[in-house]
Formats: sequence, C-alpha cells, structure tokens
Amino acid sequence: MSPVDRSRLPVPGPDRPFHFPRIARRTLPNGLEVRAVTHSAMPVISIVLLVPGGSSADPTDRHGLVSITAGLLDEGSRGESALAVADRVARMGGDLDLEVGVDAVVVALTTLDRFYEPGLALVQEIVAAPNLAADDFNRIRNLRLERLRQMKDHAGAMAERAFARALYDGHPYGHLGLGTTASLTAITVDETRLLHAALFSPAGATLVVVGDRPAGELLDLASSAFGDWRAKSSPMVIDRAAALAPPPPRPLTKLGVVSRPGAAQSELRIGHVCAPRATPDYHALLMLNTILGGQFVSRINLNLREDKGYTYGVRTGFDLRRGIGPFVMQTSVGTEVTAPAIREALNEIRDIAATRPATDDELSLGFATVSKGYPRGFETATQVARSVAQLALHGLPDSYFEEFIPRLAQVTRDEVSRVAATYLDIGRMTTLIVGDLDKIAASLPDLGLGPHQVLTPEI
Amino acid sequence: MQIPYTKRTLSNGLDVIVHEDHQLPMVAVNLWYHVGSKNERPGRTGFAHLFEHLMFEGSEHHNHGYFPPMQRAGALINGSTSTDRTNYWEVVPTGSLELALWMESDRMGYLLPALTEEKFTNQRDVVLNERRQNYENRPYGMAGMALSAAMFAPDHPYHWPTIGATEDLRAASLADVHAFFKTFYHPANASLALAGDLETEQAFDLAEQFFGDLLPGPVPEPVRADAALAASANLVLEDRVELPRLYLSWHSPAMFAGGDAELDVIADVLAHGKTSRLYKLLVYERRIATDVSAYQHSREIGGVFQISCTAAAGVSLAELEAAIRSAVTQVATGGPTPAEMERALAQTEAQFLYRLQTIGGFGGKSDQLNAYNTYLGDPGYFDRDRQRYLDITADAAASAARRWLQDAPLVTLSVVPRGRRELALTGATEVHVS
Repeated sequence: MSPVDRSRLPVPGPDRPFHFPRIARRTLPNGLEVRAVTHSAMPVISIVLLVPGGSSADPTDRHGLVSITAGLLDEGSRGESALAVADRVARMGGDLDLEVGVDAVVVALTTLDRFYEPGLALVQEIVAAPNLAADDFNRIRNLRLERLRQMKDHAGAMAERAFARALYDGHPYGHLGLGTTASLTAITVDETRLLHAALFSPAGATLVVVGDRPAGELLDLASSAFGDWRAKSSPMVIDRAAALAPPPPRPLTKLGVVSRPGAAQSELRIGHVCAPRATPDYHALLMLNTILGGQFVSRINLNLREDKGYTYGVRTGFDLRRGIGPFVMQTSVGTEVTAPAIREALNEIRDIAATRPATDDELSLGFATVSKGYPRGFETATQVARSVAQLALHGLPDSYFEEFIPRLAQVTRDEVSRVAATYLDIGRMTTLIVGDLDKIAASLPDLGLGPHQVLTPEI
Repeated sequence: MQIPYTKRTLSNGLDVIVHEDHQLPMVAVNLWYHVGSKNERPGRTGFAHLFEHLMFEGSEHHNHGYFPPMQRAGALINGSTSTDRTNYWEVVPTGSLELALWMESDRMGYLLPALTEEKFTNQRDVVLNERRQNYENRPYGMAGMALSAAMFAPDHPYHWPTIGATEDLRAASLADVHAFFKTFYHPANASLALAGDLETEQAFDLAEQFFGDLLPGPVPEPVRADAALAASANLVLEDRVELPRLYLSWHSPAMFAGGDAELDVIADVLAHGKTSRLYKLLVYERRIATDVSAYQHSREIGGVFQISCTAAAGVSLAELEAAIRSAVTQVATGGPTPAEMERALAQTEAQFLYRLQTIGGFGGKSDQLNAYNTYLGDPGYFDRDRQRYLDITADAAASAARRWLQDAPLVTLSVVPRGRRELALTGATEVHVS
C-alpha cells in the first residue's frame, strides 16, 4: 500500500448523483391536498399536516390564540381525555409534535409502519374534533402563563420578543406565538373553538405522508382517514393575507437595550425587515447568507469567534416567510466586548454590500457547502415529509428539490453583490442588546447609532 | 434488529468498524477517543473539551482551519465531549471519504506541531464564552454543576463539569495541553466507524492507508473511582430564575450495569409524557408544578438518577418533594402497572428502530457502533441492548427502585430566585458555584 501523501489534501472524487423521490398527489373532495412519497429506508411512517395561518393569523387583540388552540389539539378529542390521547401515542411508540410558526400550524406524527392507519386516525381526530374543553383550556393557559414568567429569565427569549416588536410593530409578525400575559388572560375557551372552526379546515391544508409503502397505498389510506373531515362555519374571520401587508418602513428602535443587571453575556440581534420567501432572488440571498454568516467559515463567525474570541458562535439568516421576513444576525458575546462585537458585525454586513464584495472563492465554497450537503436533508421519512410540506406552504413546484442545485449553480458573484446592495441596508438596521446596561452604557455612543433606548418587552 | 458491521483492529490498536448503507450518496466518518473529563485531574479540568475545539484549528500538514476544506466538500462536521469520551464526526458525500480520513488521521497523528500558544489562547476564550452562554447566563444553568459537586467527592472524576472550571482554563499552560494530548489521543485509545455509501473492503483499505502508520501510543489505565453518599444532603442555590425548581439526585448503576435499564423504565413511568405518574399528578391533576422530568443518567463508572420539578407560582418545594418521594415509594413498592410496562416497551422498541434512521451525526448508526465498541468492546451490542429492556419485569424495575432510590441517601437541591432563600426546602445549606 502506498504511503499517504501528506503534502496536500486529497481532491474529492465525483459524487454520485442524488434524485429526490417522486411526489404523488391527490386532492380530496373536501379540498384537502394529499402528498405521498415512498421512502424505503426504514419501516417508519411520517404524517405531517400543514394548516396555513400561524401566529400571524392571531386576531390583533388576541395574540397567542392560534398557538394555544393548536396546543389544545392533543389535550383530548372526540370526548377522550388528554391522557387517553397520550396513551394512544405512547402505545404506537409515536412522536407527536404540534408546532406553530408565523405562517402555519404543523401537526407531525412519526410512528412505526404498522401503526400507519391508527396514526392517521389519531391525527385526523385531534385536528378535526378536539374537545377544547374549559378545564383543559384553563390548565394549558396557566402553564403558558407560567412559561411567560420564566421567559423573563431567558436572554434569548427576551431578545426575540423585543426584536420582533422593533421591526414589525403593529404588523402580524410583530408578536411571538405565545402571546403576552395580558392577551392570554383575555382569551376565552369559546374563542379557541371559534378560531379552531375558522382555521382548521381541509381546504387549503396539506397532508404529507412518507413511508415504506407504494405511494398509491399511502394516498388511499390517507384519503379514507381524512375524507370525512368537514370544514366548520365560524363567525370568526381569519385574515391569512394580513401577514402579506408590508411591515413598517422604519423600525421602532435603532439601538435598543433590554437591561439585565449582572448578566454574564450580552445577547445581540442586528437586522431589518427584508424580503418574502417568494422573492426571485431567493437563491442569491441564500448564497449571500452562506458567505456572510450562514456557516462556520462565514465572514462574521471567522471574525467574531475565530479571530477575536468574542463569542461561542454567531450566525446570520434571511428568515423568509409568506410575507416580508427579516434579515437577522444573532449571537451572544462577553459583556466587556459588546460594543466592539457590534462594530465588527456591522462592518462585515456593510462591507459585503460595498467595499469587500463576495469573491469567486467564497462563492464556490458557499455553493459547495450548500449543494454537496443537500442530500443529507432527505435521510429520514420525517425530513422528507417536512420538506414537502414546505413546498405547499410557499407554493413551490414538486420539481423544486430537483431543480434546486442547478438553480443555485447559476448564481454569480455579481448577483450576490447586487442582492447584498439591494437587501442589506445598514441605515435601517436595528441593533438590540439584552445585557448589563450599567456596564455597557458608556461604550454605546461610540457606535454612532445615536442614543440608545431602554426597552421593556411586554411579557 | 441489528446494525450489520465488520470490525478489524489495525496493528497500532485502532479499532475500525464498517457498516454499509447505500440509501444516500453519503458516508459518515465517526471517531471516538476514549477520553473525557473523567480523565482530567483536579486543578486541570476542561482539557478534553478544550481539545474538541483545538482539533479544528489545524494540524502539521494542514495548518489551517479544518472547517473550510470540509465545508467545501459539503461535509457536516462536529464533535462533542462528555465525562467519558470525545467524539468527532463528519458526514461527507461519497467522493470525499478520503479527504475526511486524511484530515482525521492528520489531527490524530500530527496535531501538536501545529498547536501554538496563539490558537490555544483564542480557543480558550471561545470556551469561556461557551461557558458563559450555556451555563452562567442560562436559568438553572449552574444546577448541574452544583449537583455533580455535591454527589461526588472532590477527587472523583465526575465531581467537575466537562466544560471545566474557569480558573483551571485560565491557568492551563500550553505544556499541560500538549501532555494531555500525548496521553490520550492516539490509535490505541480510539475507535473509527465508517458508515454509509461505501464498500467494506475498500473502507478497510483506506483506514489502513491513512491511519495504519500512526504510532499506537500508550493505552491509558482505566479510571476507577467509587462513589457513594455517606448521608443525604440538602442544598440551595440562588439563581436568576422566576420559579423555584427542586432537584433530587441519587447514585445509580453505571451504563449497561444491572439496574441501569430498569431505572430507565422507572424514569419513564415517573415522568415521561402526560400519562406518567408525576406529570399526571403534579401538572395535570393537582397543577402544582409546571414541568417534571426524570432520567437515569448512566455513565461509564457510575450513574445518577435525577428528578427535577419546577413549582407553579406560589407552590412550596416542600409540597413537591413530599409528592415526589411518595411516588418513588409507590413505584418501588408496587412496581409499574401492566399498562405502564406495555407503554414503556412500545416506546423502547420504537426508539431503537428510530435510531437506525441516520448514518452519522450524534446518535446515528456510526456513533452507536462506536459507543458499543468503546464501552463494551462489542459494536454488535445493539440487539442485546434492546433485549435488556424487553426482558425487564415489573418486579425487577420495582426492586431497582427500592435499592437505588427508596432506601438510598440523596442530594436535594432547591434552585430559588435571588434573595429568596426562604423558598428552599427547610434546612438547606447554601452552595456557591462559579
């Protein structure tokens, strides 16, 4: 055997091509869209139901209503108690997840193949016929009120809350899903019933089933389980389009501080409202983000973590949604380096749009990172099902995954520079700090961001 | 159920385990060093975890960061440190297997020539930030350190946290760090698992090619230490929290030892899911707690069984303690019910199956093969591990709960809001953690 040549790194060989499996589709008479994908790796089934209208569909005076209603789905259905539902899930070795995003509610059950039919029945029941009983409502609301109290201890949670408000004041994206103590206290169990009837309707929803069975069989069983799900009428009107309205052109705050005396670190958010998921520049923004702060070797992480040692890690993201989503940089840094870390981060964001545009090398590294690792995202049935549900949420074609890498390959350096200049605007950025104000106040004026505002997020 | 594999040991002592899975055009490279914080000594803690950082900063023949070439290859790359082992892994496209092996072997064989004072200082600062972010600035984040310190004597290797003591990290010298590497990071103390889209024979050839000429290094002595509480202890820690939380912590069997799986079942029965006894009683019915959890945290030379429970507003920790102790006594006396055993069994079976879904990453098939090999010398233990659980009877579970929980001393820790010592269990002694 020849000795290893340690004078240079081996050049990667060609990669075997990867093809996303075919998506079979069916529309049921009740309007439910069903998608099925055969995934043969393991006898595991993933059932994912996506209902459009997440926390952004909350009535303006009832923040938290969508989330608490979704949270009540597995607290009893068809007259069975919450314990009975939990018992059924446990007996199928299931993993049931209720998630409320800004744009959709997702109910996901992963279970063993042999429990496919009982799994479908369970998801159908909890979504179509939850009890929404007063006693369960009071119990869950109290737990959520306690969770809000605990959020005051969490620098990251406080930062999320204050930042959403700063960027989206008055907009459906301006609050977090859990709501506030005041709004949760105002919500009644009747309102959860009205919201449920208005939001959880087969028309517009998408059911994705993925497992080791022929697609036709997956579709047939899903269709018969969900075929008799009927929309209910409700006097409550859900405005799913409200989130599509433009957010405020200027943020509420340019430099905000949530005071946390004695904090060991400063939690930071920097960003502004940016673009919707449907932007034709999506792929270019993805490349821009990868280079700027989307991976370990991104500019901001190499600067703040590897060069300066200011942080354990920092990342940026374009959190693109049905409506206009934000660009956000987030990190947690040592208290004493708060101001220098902010300065470095702002410099990096500014420079990539101006004096130090992305280089060819960065572009090829970013492309390789994203494209070569792409198949990893489709290893488990649950990953595949969630990916297909995202297509439905954003109205993307079934060919999207197959076309993703060729499309990404077309992104040029000029395009990255153009989107950096178009979508990143230092002048509009909000900088938010959750940290020890007394220790950092003196260093803030030098940032040139004007006077800081002390914020007290409503909890 | 099984993860089919082939294992061979190279002449320098490196175990190599290969598992084929051609579902995706990807390969998992997973390397375990049998070194964790328990191999450190008092006053010099945090080294195993510090190496988890330094190993990405370059080696003799690639004296640059490890992330750029791996990310250029489309790799997912990470590592982690526990009390007992450190793991490093990549998931790479099939065509980049050699690249990953080149890099893993270079940092195993040739790290120190590239390990400078500057890199060391920088990564120590990153670790101090990690400590602040994940422990000091996180509610209840110091509770684990306070419990470990109370459960284990100062010279027991589970006394200190894997992240290390701040003063130790500041005091560490480059020479200390070099010496630690020479003792623990070499083929005779490592296990390499390759899983995914590869051919078994070709994989062994590559392992031999890249790792075969590295020097074996000394085989470290196994760490042995006895742990026992002479008497129960009652502690209080003030923290930046809104709601008081109570921790109950007992010594328990080491991983794979008798009673380990039984206590896993007891933990499930007590606090896993809404149907569990404590959730049902404290959160669902009486509504005096906001959450409750229990787990059997088994490690290589000893385990800890822990229950934690956060009080609802206005509820005393004494009330929670009484309810928890009573539930422990009940399960220790009467054992799990048939329905509880059925649920635990169904969930265990499913969890073992779910563990076969990924080739790489934390908990993927390559990681499991290495775990079984490192701790038991048998990568094929998967099915026997599963059988350990299927064989448990209600009587055996009850008997483990009697021996390890009901009749044993424990540490109780009240974590209370700053300045609210009176919310702790009566008679609690204050602890300081830094």
